[in-house]
Amino acid sequence: MAEADATAGGIASLTVDDTTAASSGRRRWHVAATLVAALVLLPLASITWTALFPTENIWPHLVSTVLPGYIVTTLLLMIGVGIGTFVIGTTTAWLIAMCRFPGRRVFEWALLLPMAIPAYVIAYVYTDVLEYAGPVQSLLREIFGWQTARDYWFPEIRSLGGAIAMMTLVLYPYVYALARATFLEQSVCVLEVSRTLGCGAWRAFRDVALPLGRPAIAVGVTLALMECLNDFGTVDYFAVRTLTAGVFDVWYGMGNPGGAAQIAGVMLIFVVLLIWAERRSRRRQRFHHTSTKLQPIDGIRLKGRKAALATLACLLPVLLGFVLPAAVLAAYAFGHSDARWSSDFWGFAGNSLGLATATALVTVAVATLLAYAARQRASALVRACIRLSGIGYAVPGAVLAIGVLIPFATFDNGLDALLRETLGVSSGLLLSGTVAALIFAYTVRFLAVSLGAVESGLGRITPSMEMAARSLGHSPLATLKRVHLPLMRGSLLTGGLLVFVDTMKELPATLVLRPFDFDTLATYVYQFASDELLEACAPAALMIVLAGVVPVLLLNKVVGGARTVVRRR
Amino acid sequence: MVPLRFIGALLGGAILASAVANHAVAETVNVYSYRQPFLIEPMLDAFTKKTGIEVKVVFAKNGVIERLKAEGVNSPADVLLTVDIGRLNDAIESDVVQPVKSAVLAARIPASFRDPDNRWFGLTSRARIIYASKDRVKPGEITSYEQLADPMWKGRICTRGGKHVYNVALFAAMIAHHGEAKAEAWLRGVKANLARKPQGNDRAQVKAIHEGECDLAIGNNYYYGNMLDTAEQKPWADSVNLVFPTIGGGKGTHVNLAGVALAKAAPNRANGIKLMEFLAGDEAQSLYAERNYEYPVNPAVAWSKKVESWGHFIPDDLSLAAIAELRGDAIRMVDRVDYDG
Repeated sequence: MAEADATAGGIASLTVDDTTAASSGRRRWHVAATLVAALVLLPLASITWTALFPTENIWPHLVSTVLPGYIVTTLLLMIGVGIGTFVIGTTTAWLIAMCRFPGRRVFEWALLLPMAIPAYVIAYVYTDVLEYAGPVQSLLREIFGWQTARDYWFPEIRSLGGAIAMMTLVLYPYVYALARATFLEQSVCVLEVSRTLGCGAWRAFRDVALPLGRPAIAVGVTLALMECLNDFGTVDYFAVRTLTAGVFDVWYGMGNPGGAAQIAGVMLIFVVLLIWAERRSRRRQRFHHTSTKLQPIDGIRLKGRKAALATLACLLPVLLGFVLPAAVLAAYAFGHSDARWSSDFWGFAGNSLGLATATALVTVAVATLLAYAARQRASALVRACIRLSGIGYAVPGAVLAIGVLIPFATFDNGLDALLRETLGVSSGLLLSGTVAALIFAYTVRFLAVSLGAVESGLGRITPSMEMAARSLGHSPLATLKRVHLPLMRGSLLTGGLLVFVDTMKELPATLVLRPFDFDTLATYVYQFASDELLEACAPAALMIVLAGVVPVLLLNKVVGGARTVVRRR
Repeated sequence: MVPLRFIGALLGGAILASAVANHAVAETVNVYSYRQPFLIEPMLDAFTKKTGIEVKVVFAKNGVIERLKAEGVNSPADVLLTVDIGRLNDAIESDVVQPVKSAVLAARIPASFRDPDNRWFGLTSRARIIYASKDRVKPGEITSYEQLADPMWKGRICTRGGKHVYNVALFAAMIAHHGEAKAEAWLRGVKANLARKPQGNDRAQVKAIHEGECDLAIGNNYYYGNMLDTAEQKPWADSVNLVFPTIGGGKGTHVNLAGVALAKAAPNRANGIKLMEFLAGDEAQSLYAERNYEYPVNPAVAWSKKVESWGHFIPDDLSLAAIAELRGDAIRMVDRVDYDG
């Protein structure tokens, strides 16, 4: 463990191996983590099984026809969204964290808002606005006197470029949230030192803050990319043929779940490569803050043109990613005769909120268990299990649902058969088709989100803290409780809230796994939106957005509060 | 051993909760549906009103059959509601449905609209028609699906994705009538005539005609009624004429099917059959006709006046089973032609 990007002296310390005696406490953590990871990996295993033994092998057909196209399109989409979310996310995060300019206080939280809008909803809205019959093109035709679509060129929203734009607009907040948190948590001394060493503001950002913030930013971009890989609603609506669209083509159109699982396998390879590349590129670097000198950053006061530019840079993402789509939805909901208002919404909203809360709690607990166990000198195998357990995030929700369905139903039917034989009673389906199955599926799906947040929070706590605690006689659990959890409260909340918002928006797995007569806001919106009846479901879509805004604002408090918490210490 | 205890408690709680939920059984029938709740609600409400049996629904567009398969003998589902013969066929092949011997169903549904082995029953049929621009296409200019490949329509046709079940069924029917080679040449011709990459659903194609992006579109006929009922979409419908095209040089128009099947496990079997019989009966069939603008399969029930005013047609006499059988070929053909690309 030699090299570290120790840009300015004494901030980035090297990891030193924990030399305290291995205890049985540690082993228990490993066992528990492995068990949980195995449980989480179960659906993925059943998908793999489906892929390896399809009913009809259409792999050769896929390879010779559509698969290469799927892969290229997916790569382009990921590159586009990756660059887009990185640029918008880190730029705005840096401006908000380090500079003072008009509107900063509002943008600080407003920049998170687009996260509350599901990608498929923003796609529907923008298509309505930008297509031929929409207000923008109609206005242009009126102004310039054009008659038909052939008289002028207008960018086609239903395209790869359109999909990149839509997804960037709603996914950049992942990068923004994590980047801003990491910029705020960086000791101000680092930046002070870099400035005294002659770095300009730009160089301090590029050479010091960005490399130091890299783990968190990488997590943000990876999350955004996995989310984009997983998206079905937008690419389906825009007829952009990505691997996910291919999964549905093969499964839904050809009735071949095995072939669908095979394509999903290709997607998993993408994700594994993505994660591996990111980790490999910084495998020898560890950053722990050893200085507790965290003064409030005064911020560079921007003036004149610079201030205007900063304001604009923060205004645009908020305007395009939230204000405009929310306004269009509101206009439909309140001003359109086709809008459907119903008292059932309260029930749907209750279901959505309940599921999201439960999932957030479970997911954060599981992530903490896994991440903390990995820290207890875990073996390569345990570490690999933990690493893999986040992979569910990249599996299309509907495919994952099938992966959950199979082991759950097998367990239920097995237990039922056993009870019938031994006790003569039937237990029926205990877990399948219940909320428990749904929460489990969400946990598998969103574990990567909370795991990322928890790991980056844990990673910032220097191992010498726990060495101290352990040498003072604390067990790993007591150390976690008394040292780590209080220190990483912000990260835990961040992880939980991100999962909460994601669960609110989740659609495909919910559709397949939910109990009878059980609707969430998302499933309700979908039945209309899938039939191009956006006006009808606008009220419910607006409620998803509003319900997402609250946790997003909370998230802002948590991230912004990180500094104050530390300072008070 | 806190972590393990925590997991145990979580699992135990879940089991308890679901055990409680599972025991609240009154007179019910459980439906897995591919069709959106708002489309089938009127019929199901009428059923509950008449029989007092509560209908519980799970709606999903994917994974219904996989769910039935996984749930196996303990599946709570009684009835499977779906569109397209292909999905009914999938259900049979996955062995998740059971035959129903019902004199009522046999009397209400003509033999051509149900499985000879009584494993599925058609409820409504829908014509897959051509929507033609009122302004830019003269009446009589197109009368068959085959003509869609005519170069005179270059850059003038819009359709939804080639792999959607409705298009797959149509393409499979083309294969059945013309053989694979000719059907493929035809599909290449259609692709060459497309005004834009296939996208959106059937309504979106009519909208594209309204907006002048294209002149012809393929779509199911009932969407016309749905569009007339939606303020926003009425102008789209008003901009098109309906053409009931012929297929294979005959006189018939290609139709697809919405149908029903009894789930294999069906814990409420009797109620499930009651629901199936009800859906094939006069009241539900005329609701399908009047509310959803579909063609009732029950010959005793008249077409909706409104639907009748859009034009008459003879359904193609190709058997549904033949179409179901050629689905795989049709989909591979779509990939070879790169129809959606």
